[in-house]
Amino acid sequence: MSVVLKVENLTKRYGKTTAVDHISFEVKEGEVVGLLGPNGAGKSTTIHMLLSLLTPTEGTIEIFGKNLKEHRQEILTQMNFAASYAQLPYNLTPLENLKVFALLYGVKNWRGKAEVLLEEFDLEKFKNSRTGGLSSGEQTRLGLAKAFLNDPKLLLLDEPTASLDPLVAKRLRKDLYDRMEKNGGSILWTSHNMREIEAMCDRVIFLSHGKIVASGTQENLQKQFGKPNLEEIFIQLATDT
Amino acid sequence: MNYLPILGIFLRNMYLYKRSIPRLFGLFVWVTVELFLWGFITLWLRNLAGGNQALDFVLLVLGALVFWNLFVRTQQSFSISFLEEVWTRNIINIFTTPITQKELVAGFALLSVVQGIFGFLYVSILAFLLYALDIWTLGLYIIPFFALILLFGWVLGLITTGIIIRFGPAMEIFAFFMPFVLLPFSAVYYPISIFPAFVKNIAQFLPTTHLFEGMRLVLTQGVFPVDRLVWAGGLTIAYFFLGSAFFVWMIHVARKKGLIARLLQD
Repeated sequence: MSVVLKVENLTKRYGKTTAVDHISFEVKEGEVVGLLGPNGAGKSTTIHMLLSLLTPTEGTIEIFGKNLKEHRQEILTQMNFAASYAQLPYNLTPLENLKVFALLYGVKNWRGKAEVLLEEFDLEKFKNSRTGGLSSGEQTRLGLAKAFLNDPKLLLLDEPTASLDPLVAKRLRKDLYDRMEKNGGSILWTSHNMREIEAMCDRVIFLSHGKIVASGTQENLQKQFGKPNLEEIFIQLATDT
Repeated sequence: MNYLPILGIFLRNMYLYKRSIPRLFGLFVWVTVELFLWGFITLWLRNLAGGNQALDFVLLVLGALVFWNLFVRTQQSFSISFLEEVWTRNIINIFTTPITQKELVAGFALLSVVQGIFGFLYVSILAFLLYALDIWTLGLYIIPFFALILLFGWVLGLITTGIIIRFGPAMEIFAFFMPFVLLPFSAVYYPISIFPAFVKNIAQFLPTTHLFEGMRLVLTQGVFPVDRLVWAGGLTIAYFFLGSAFFVWMIHVARKKGLIARLLQD
């Protein structure tokens, strides 16, 4: 499997505060990697640097074998992003939102792609309603539909199901899983929901105070820490560090 | 530059205006009120002036109003389109797309051109119907005036947007009042000759001063003010490069300090 994302010595400092401290990791083709950690661990800061929303203080980011700083536009064309805090404009309809973002991602068949994704994410009946009038679950589905507009090879998900009830979140995870099975591609996924991470991720990276404190598959981590699940490991790591 | 992201920015705003009555109000109602206000003042001044036909207040004052509205519309269209992304918490989604800074600016600029043309046609037709103002008296001179006013509107749009990116949405007031800071010094409704010497010196550095002074010369004397146009053109182009550099610098600073994500929180 080829490496899709390679991060080396990535660091972000704000004055004297170090938000991300010399982290290095990789995501391979077809892999789903969970990025876990308590609040303030540096998860979102890392995701924002990978999206070039934020300039690293030190370190390099290579995506699809190219340096993000030098090939930003080319790389972002093949990536996408969804987060509970990054909503789509509430005053447009879902169809309008998807058309606009298809254009922003340079999708040539922007009208057709928007219609197809609305259907695939079961949002067709709302296509001409106001986005702000949709439920949280429907809005999250729309955010995920937007994330698949450009058939991304790398998807960054920053707590995508944070505002959803367990049933809706479970359905969404299934939609996402089916979609990735069908299209391939890799995912870097941050969440506080350990069961979600257990269900979706091939491998997990734990961050605390901006540093990687543990990483590996779920089974390896359970053996290493002698704990029955990720939640117990999370609590131990968060308490120890 | 890819035209698809530019179209995306343009369409996003057109969809919004299509169904937003308050935004349509912003485009048409304020200028209509201003047209009534200045129209009545102008008619009153014309009566005071008696039979002095040389003083065509309607043409001078309302002609200036038409072009000033174009300037305000262009700047606000640019800045408010950006603010719209902040207000709807969409700013992160926009900045994580592959859109380049040039494409983003081109998208806002395209929108401001379309809104500017619509606004210009609306107000000039209304002024003709209400006060028999024929702005087309300017003939082909309209083209350079129009183009330079648009370009200077973009300059202010770039600066106000840069300020909002750097200092947060609390600075949104700049998007609304920036042109009005320039209004008294731009010789829009009166000639530059009435300024005290020090104001006159400052006003020389504003392209709007040369444009409106030039416009008055065309209207009153039928003379094409080449020197005014050259000054206005030179200053506008210089400010456009400075404004663009400021905008790019502010985005660079925002990426370094993590200010883009913070636009959601302020």
